[in-house]
Amino acid sequence: MTFKFTEENLKRIEEVKKKYPTSLAAVMPTLYIAQEQNGYITNEVMEEIANVLGVGKIDVLSVVTFYTMYHTKPMGKYHIQVCTNVSCMLRGAYEIWNFIKERLGIDHMEVTSDGKFSLEEVECMGACGYAPMIAINEDYYENLNKEKVEEILNSLLNSEL
Amino acid sequence: MEKIVLPDIPNLNNIDVYLANGGFEAAKKAFMQSPDDIIDQVKKSGLRGRGGAAFLTGLKWSFMPKTTDKPKYLCINGDESEPGSFKDRQIFEYNPYQLIEGIIITCYAIGAQTAYLYIRGEYHKWIKLMQNAIDTAYDKGFLGERMKDTFGVNFYCNLYIHKGAGAYICGEESALMNSIEGLRGYPRVKPPFPAQKGLWGCPTTINNVETITNVPPIILKGWEWFSKIGAPRHPGTLLYGVSGHVNKPGVYELPTGILLTDLIYNYAGGIPGNKKIKCVIPGGTSMPPLRGDQLEGVRMDAESLKQVGSAIGTAGVIVMDEDTDLLKVLLRIAKFYHHESCGQCTPCREGTGWMEKILQRILEGNGTSKDLDLLISIANNIEGNTICALGDAAAWPVKFMIERFRDEFEKYVKAQVKIPIQNKVHSMRNTKIPLE
Repeated sequence: MTFKFTEENLKRIEEVKKKYPTSLAAVMPTLYIAQEQNGYITNEVMEEIANVLGVGKIDVLSVVTFYTMYHTKPMGKYHIQVCTNVSCMLRGAYEIWNFIKERLGIDHMEVTSDGKFSLEEVECMGACGYAPMIAINEDYYENLNKEKVEEILNSLLNSEL
Repeated sequence: MEKIVLPDIPNLNNIDVYLANGGFEAAKKAFMQSPDDIIDQVKKSGLRGRGGAAFLTGLKWSFMPKTTDKPKYLCINGDESEPGSFKDRQIFEYNPYQLIEGIIITCYAIGAQTAYLYIRGEYHKWIKLMQNAIDTAYDKGFLGERMKDTFGVNFYCNLYIHKGAGAYICGEESALMNSIEGLRGYPRVKPPFPAQKGLWGCPTTINNVETITNVPPIILKGWEWFSKIGAPRHPGTLLYGVSGHVNKPGVYELPTGILLTDLIYNYAGGIPGNKKIKCVIPGGTSMPPLRGDQLEGVRMDAESLKQVGSAIGTAGVIVMDEDTDLLKVLLRIAKFYHHESCGQCTPCREGTGWMEKILQRILEGNGTSKDLDLLISIANNIEGNTICALGDAAAWPVKFMIERFRDEFEKYVKAQVKIPIQNKVHSMRNTKIPLE
């Protein structure tokens, strides 16, 4: 399966490159663009990024494997991230974590069979004063309790895939 | 009480409101003086870094070489990954232009033409808000080449956001630079320090978001005014982020040197159910925890906290009530550092994992009193033996939590335990099969 950037995304990459004196520095933003287009990062994606930026494939791979926000396998349409670090834990994050795990029947970094949900136990998300929190894709949901989480989950479960 | 970083002005994140309240006046004033004068004023103001180390900001700026044929860079650290800190996002959301103005003044002072604002990848919302503010600032001529006309000065700078991708270690300044360069977030060996060899080998200064946001008021109202606020040796205000077992968690901007008990009881609303406090971490999980029965008179500034055996860190105060299971808290902290260790240095890479495993073993009821000493020994062997401060940050909570709450941890361990050996190779010792 080959991967090619869309024309529009190639233009975005050109814009990104202008921010830095080297094209290697554009690897991280370019990976985000690729993940947005493809959903996750494959070897083909990394190869294409290396070609587009004129950097080594190993340079791209080393970045992908270091940072947790680049996914090397498909994630669910709704990627649920639950913070269980200290401040959230003190306010019941593990109850929420266990509740979601049971409700969706998946564990850390697993995806439901219909591809709708994936789950991740994440480290501190910078919402300590509004704990406990979860994030779904890019959005934060704060000051939660089990009932609120259930409400959020139900609305997503009932939505179309 | 005056607020410096997050003033009580509605819609300050709108550039017109910001301008109507004296926005960019500090930059105008700064451009009428020499860069050295600006550095001098910030030095005299006593402003210290808000990212954890509380280093003198003006002094840091003065390390930048005056004559160099290389470009100079400014990095602004908004990685904000320290558990317990959630202050920079308030600035991105409520006062982005003061941050931008601070960046302009800092660039002028150190002679940088390019600034990178590093924001953690999870902060999608705040990256968008900040990008909008930057775009507006460009439109209005407060950034980029048009600055020359706006301010009538022969200087301009560009500001770009670099989005992180989920790595705590990138909040360490040299790892942050590697991340901007498009590399793995590995901290670099110092020296050379960033002011000599930083981003792409060029002179670089790295400051925290909150630190930089303090700069415009210092220039506008003068260093004398700033130096008189709060604790004399750590002046100004801090964005205290209070979380955990309190009635009103949140960010409170208050002068440095206030009483910790005042912050917890009068501002954060006390403890739910009027329970007692067992433990407080005063500056994010990396800092040594304090006992709840020893909080009387503890003041929140770098020098005072040093005296009681902790540190101000990012002023992220985590409060734990009397029913908190400290073993679980410490295990969670150890797990965090194990996960976030970049893996370069053996003591940190291996040690953080060992500490997590031993704490897990104790939690499962298989810990002995020797394990507590073993944990402290591992922590001591990590501390100071790594390239960056993550090693220390991982060691301190373990070491000080066990030392200061030994009574608490002794409850979990027994004098002797019998652990069934599951590994068949090891159990060969007890079999009658000859090994040769």
